[in-house]
Amino acid sequence: MKKLMLTGVLGVVTLAIAGSAAASAATLDDVKAKGFVQCGVSQGLPGFSNPDANGNWSGMDVDLCRAVAAAIFGNGDAVKFTPLSAKERFTALQSGEIDLLSRNTTWTMSRDTQLGLNFAGVNYYDGQGFMIRTSMNINSALELSGASICTNTGTTTELNVADYFRANNMEYELVAFEKSDEVVAAYDAGRCDVYTTDQSGLYAQRLKLTNPGEHKVLPEIISKEPLGPVVRQGDDQWFNIVKWAHIATVNAEELGITQANVDEMAAGDNPAAKRLLGTEGEFGAGIGLSNDWAANIIKAVGNYGEIFNRNVGPDTPLGIARGINALWSKGGLQYGPPVR
Amino acid sequence: MAVTDVTPNGPGSAHDDSAPKVALLNNPEIRGWLFQVVLAVVVAYLAYSGWKNMNANLQAAGIASGWAFLNNNAGFAISQSLIEYNQASSTYGRVYLVGLINTLVVAVIGVILATIIGFLIGVARLSKNWMVSRLAAVYVESLRNIPLLLQIFIWYFGVLRLLPQPRDGLDFGFFGLLNNRGYFAPKPVWGDGAIYTLYAFIAACVIAWGIGRWARARQMATGQIFPAFWVGFAVIVLLPVIVFLAAGAPLTWDVPVAGGFRPKGGMTIIPEYIAMLVALSTYTATYIAEIVRAGILAVSKGQTEAAHALGLRSGPTLRLVIIPQALRIIIPPLTNQYLNLTKNSSLAVAIAYPELTSVFAGTALNQTGQAVEIISLTMLTYLTISLLTSAFMNWYNSRVALVER
Ligand SMILES: N[C@@H](CCC(=O)N[C@@H](CS)C(=O)NCC(=O)O)C(=O)O
Repeated sequence: MKKLMLTGVLGVVTLAIAGSAAASAATLDDVKAKGFVQCGVSQGLPGFSNPDANGNWSGMDVDLCRAVAAAIFGNGDAVKFTPLSAKERFTALQSGEIDLLSRNTTWTMSRDTQLGLNFAGVNYYDGQGFMIRTSMNINSALELSGASICTNTGTTTELNVADYFRANNMEYELVAFEKSDEVVAAYDAGRCDVYTTDQSGLYAQRLKLTNPGEHKVLPEIISKEPLGPVVRQGDDQWFNIVKWAHIATVNAEELGITQANVDEMAAGDNPAAKRLLGTEGEFGAGIGLSNDWAANIIKAVGNYGEIFNRNVGPDTPLGIARGINALWSKGGLQYGPPVR
Repeated sequence: MAVTDVTPNGPGSAHDDSAPKVALLNNPEIRGWLFQVVLAVVVAYLAYSGWKNMNANLQAAGIASGWAFLNNNAGFAISQSLIEYNQASSTYGRVYLVGLINTLVVAVIGVILATIIGFLIGVARLSKNWMVSRLAAVYVESLRNIPLLLQIFIWYFGVLRLLPQPRDGLDFGFFGLLNNRGYFAPKPVWGDGAIYTLYAFIAACVIAWGIGRWARARQMATGQIFPAFWVGFAVIVLLPVIVFLAAGAPLTWDVPVAGGFRPKGGMTIIPEYIAMLVALSTYTATYIAEIVRAGILAVSKGQTEAAHALGLRSGPTLRLVIIPQALRIIIPPLTNQYLNLTKNSSLAVAIAYPELTSVFAGTALNQTGQAVEIISLTMLTYLTISLLTSAFMNWYNSRVALVER
């Protein structure tokens, strides 16, 4: 009889838990209550999200997490990182394990509309490329018929490569690993002729090979990979915060606001800069934050150009040119809607 | 547990004929049933409301659900498929089948290999030869104490490093090619009339079985021994060969040829499969070896002595006296190892072997986002495989179990 009671109690508890799962939408309140942003990142991709020997994360995607934390707490370090494989990332966000996914994730229609998620912008315009050993004497992806190709599972990559080979009537063998470390190791060991992923990723992963100099990236870009932060659907306020955290960095670059001159610009006389930095108008209130939200972002991580150059730019080991990630005013695609 | 606890067996239960008449609700048997029904209803309600709640949550979160995705095009390639699979037109349902078959192919062959290695090592550990028993002990102690995932990586990257690049791969002529893209074996292409060879093989098996039965019956009746094993073996080999030749040897070979990125033609055994198979079978074999050793040691020495006293030589003693008794002890834990091996095959996701967890609960899940459906189907599949394995092993166990007379 006692045991039966226990079963009943357990049942009621289960019911209660099951019943409450449907609620919980106000991510900002949750984040404020716990005091940090839980951010989903990769398991290690230099330039985007990569931990150093002491466990300090850096990279463009990491800076986006820090920007959001700075906007909320005035402190870019109020972030905890959850390393996720490509396969785990969406489930982690859907289930509420993380508040924000910033993990070189391509914005596609099905991901945006069928997973209960929203993409809050594009912090890096990328495209898929191929890397191959220089010694193979291959200069175009069209010479790759019959090749073995290593990549990550659960990515747009494996679908694009399928499309590309099909469209060009070529054959290939796909060897798809769950973790990037194994992709790199298998490619390095000669299991595959080709390593394919986002081109930025190729430059990043090439650094992990035994002899990076013996590998080259082929010129073809076979897809559009707009990489950006992702949030859960149904929480517009949180969506806005993440969206505008990125826009703030782009607008700051355009307005010439840098980590070094933030305070100066806030006190200066450019009205657009003053609106962004909160010395004019009440824009912070619209996203539930203090008025110096954007000033805090720039103080913590700098403007978009600074973020780019620090993490992946020409002076870093990745050495990537701004290319299409330049500001719209300089022939690129980064364009921030005005603060008005 | 609660269910069994409330079944009546105490004083005044149904077995007690002299029990006085009591109110219906106080009748222990009826009350027992009542509790069970209530419990069943509660469990069913919990399951139902959990299900409903989950669906509501999925819908509220805007996450797609339902099984329609199984008919959608998958659009990605799979490196090993024993059934027709075309990345352009095959569906997610087909991906499931390909993954399932790849799981079974590594699990079944793995179980067979692990059993063979395990029995050999287990017997070797009991050997009177110091060197042999020490080596077997070292094998068991080292392999079973290193995490399996690590062993899989060691085998995989070991295999990859060991094998040459395709351009300077090994060429065995008719017997195929070996390089780090895999082993490219000649593929049999059966012609017209080849099916009769298969019929002949089946017929030969039946005949061999019949001979065995007859020989045993005769030995029981007359004591005369007939070499049933060798005769049966000869029938199984010769009959299909004769039929095959009579049909005009309808078999050609598709031999792989080197060239380009990788050899063309033939059939391929990919390095991921080899690494997975070796890792799973050598690892599980250590446990099987210990089970076998324990089983043999558990048969009392008196049995051997009694058999010797009756004039049986060592071979027949082992075969007819020791092993049948040891098997009774070996089979139940052996079943566990078979189940473990099958479930461990899901570690293959780490080295790109395309089994069920990797292609279906991995790639397909990520492309469709339908976690609930895909994970439930995957769990159900492993459960089914495990239950079928246990059912088979239980049946076998009941055959070898001690029949008390
Ligand atoms: N952008 C693609 C691919 C993302 C991806 O997984 N890229 C790999 C290789 S660049 C990666 O992030 N590896 C790091 C890791 O696995 O943690 C997508 O969203 O599907």
